[in-house]
Amino acid sequence: MSTILEAKNINKYFRDPVLFHALKNISFDITKGEFVSIMGKSGCGKSTLLYILSTMDTDYDGELYIDGELTSGKTNDELAFIRNKHIGFVFQFHYLLPEFTVLENVMLPAKKLGEKSIEEIEYDAIEKLKLLHIDDQALKLASRISGGQKQRVSIARALINSPSIIMGDEPTGNLDSKNAENVFNIFQELSHQQNLSLLIVTHDEEFANKTDRIITMEDGHII
Amino acid sequence: MNSFRIILGISKIHLISRIKQTSIAALGVTFGISAFIILMGFMNGLNGLLDGLILNRTPHIHVYNDIKPSENQPIAYFKDVSETFNVVHSVKPKQTQKKIHNAQPLINYLNQTPKVKGAIPQVSAQGFYISGNQQLNGMITGINALAEANLFNFDNYITEGSVIDLNNNINGILLGIGVAKKMSLRIGDRVQIANIKGEIIPLKIVGFFQSGLAEIDNTQSYVNVKTAQRILAESESYITDINVKLHNIEDAVAMSKFIANEFGLTAIDIKTANAQFETGTSVRNLISYAVSITLLLVAGFGIYNILNMMIYEKMNDIAILKATGFSGNDVKRIFISQAVIIGIVGGVLGLIIGYLVSRLIDNIPFETEAIPNITTYPVVYNYIHYIIAMLFAMISTFIAGYLPAQKAKNIDPVEIIRGQ
Repeated sequence: MSTILEAKNINKYFRDPVLFHALKNISFDITKGEFVSIMGKSGCGKSTLLYILSTMDTDYDGELYIDGELTSGKTNDELAFIRNKHIGFVFQFHYLLPEFTVLENVMLPAKKLGEKSIEEIEYDAIEKLKLLHIDDQALKLASRISGGQKQRVSIARALINSPSIIMGDEPTGNLDSKNAENVFNIFQELSHQQNLSLLIVTHDEEFANKTDRIITMEDGHII
Repeated sequence: MNSFRIILGISKIHLISRIKQTSIAALGVTFGISAFIILMGFMNGLNGLLDGLILNRTPHIHVYNDIKPSENQPIAYFKDVSETFNVVHSVKPKQTQKKIHNAQPLINYLNQTPKVKGAIPQVSAQGFYISGNQQLNGMITGINALAEANLFNFDNYITEGSVIDLNNNINGILLGIGVAKKMSLRIGDRVQIANIKGEIIPLKIVGFFQSGLAEIDNTQSYVNVKTAQRILAESESYITDINVKLHNIEDAVAMSKFIANEFGLTAIDIKTANAQFETGTSVRNLISYAVSITLLLVAGFGIYNILNMMIYEKMNDIAILKATGFSGNDVKRIFISQAVIIGIVGGVLGLIIGYLVSRLIDNIPFETEAIPNITTYPVVYNYIHYIIAMLFAMISTFIAGYLPAQKAKNIDPVEIIRGQ
């Protein structure tokens, strides 16, 4: 089993308003196809950890490897490329670009990556939308679809560049139980059928219990 | 290249989805640019007109034989008293002739000098216009009419008749409009000229001219060089003035000094003669630039404001773009390109509107006594103004966009995403 993501001795301090040791010596790894959830109370540092793992937060000590590549200390442009190619994001709030159509939203990261022609990207995007059963909404503006649909679109967007890992920050937190169930099933399918790694921060115990592994955090430690 | 297209695509959608704000920002630029074009065109037109009023009809160098006292009085040549303080009373002008000695060879020499566009002779004579028992003071200048028209736009001031009529009629006279009115003369009439010696020469009126300066129009008239020589009863070599036009007006000072030194004549260059004129031109230019730049600065602030607001509205979009792999520089380029697109669209529109309004002004009737050949307001269409305007539109919008874009670049996506 190859390791997709590896964290070594990650420490994070918040200096404002007072010095606060938010993450203390976090080390763990995620292998290919593993579906991992991070749980913990509010303020335990689980979101902070996720944003460090996502490479968006670079202000930390320690080492982070994604796909075997050390990301610590890389420039912002290099990190943007890594996020683009290797990481897919799903947030609690759907975060689509409201003035763009669903299809354009899904295509955008692939266009940025620029490895395929526009036609290929469009084909891929429609495939991903089909996978999530919202291809009928493809040409609607992103601001015109329901919350559950938006979340599925953002999953499709996360998948478009065939990333190594999908990260989610409470992706079901804002959804009713039926939609939450739906999203979980989609994640599980991706994990099992496409051998995709997933790392999901959640409050939802029911959700977490169904994942392969639960990382529980408390006061900046992994328990 | 590819990423540039995506960025432009995103900018386009941002701009179109906020078409109201976008068009207000672009209209700000349009307003500034068109005002610049109109102002510069109009101001330069007026400048040209005023320059034309003086500069075009004024020789760059006027050469004549001035009547003045000797610079060194005889006492200065006595060595015995050179150390003393000498006072000479009642100094009289040096006895000299009014004509320029050896004028024709000098004209030929000047005409062969590369810097000189043309040098033409004039003969100025004093006389009286006689009408019944009235005598009017007159200045009669003998000119080479065709060359005058060619070099000094003499024909612009002829209201009736033409330079050719004068050139073809050895007994013709081109009368100042003021003189003609006083004496109720028409073309074809005869006017009698009395010279200082009292001899009367009848001449035929071939036309009228109007300089716009009443003083001149009331006394001046033009005849052919030979006619003037005849009025003065002088030979054909009698030339009192030489007017020189240069290719480049900037050479006037040096050239006039050279002529004065080399030939012992008085040579007045146009800059000395009309020094106040150039100052007026440059001040007017300065004013038009200052006003236009102020307008463009205001437009620039408009763009800055709108982009700043846009960035606050687009915080989420910026966070998403960064999370999905767009770098800070990509985000920066998105906002700069929006500013530049606003600049280009607003600028081009401004050029078009500026041009159309200039055209409109160009067709408004404007008639003035001073300049008989002008019928509408003068407007200059100088492509350099259009280039400057466009460059300024691009640069000012770029700067106005750069600061907010830099802000967008530095937005931390984590803060936005977690802040919700």
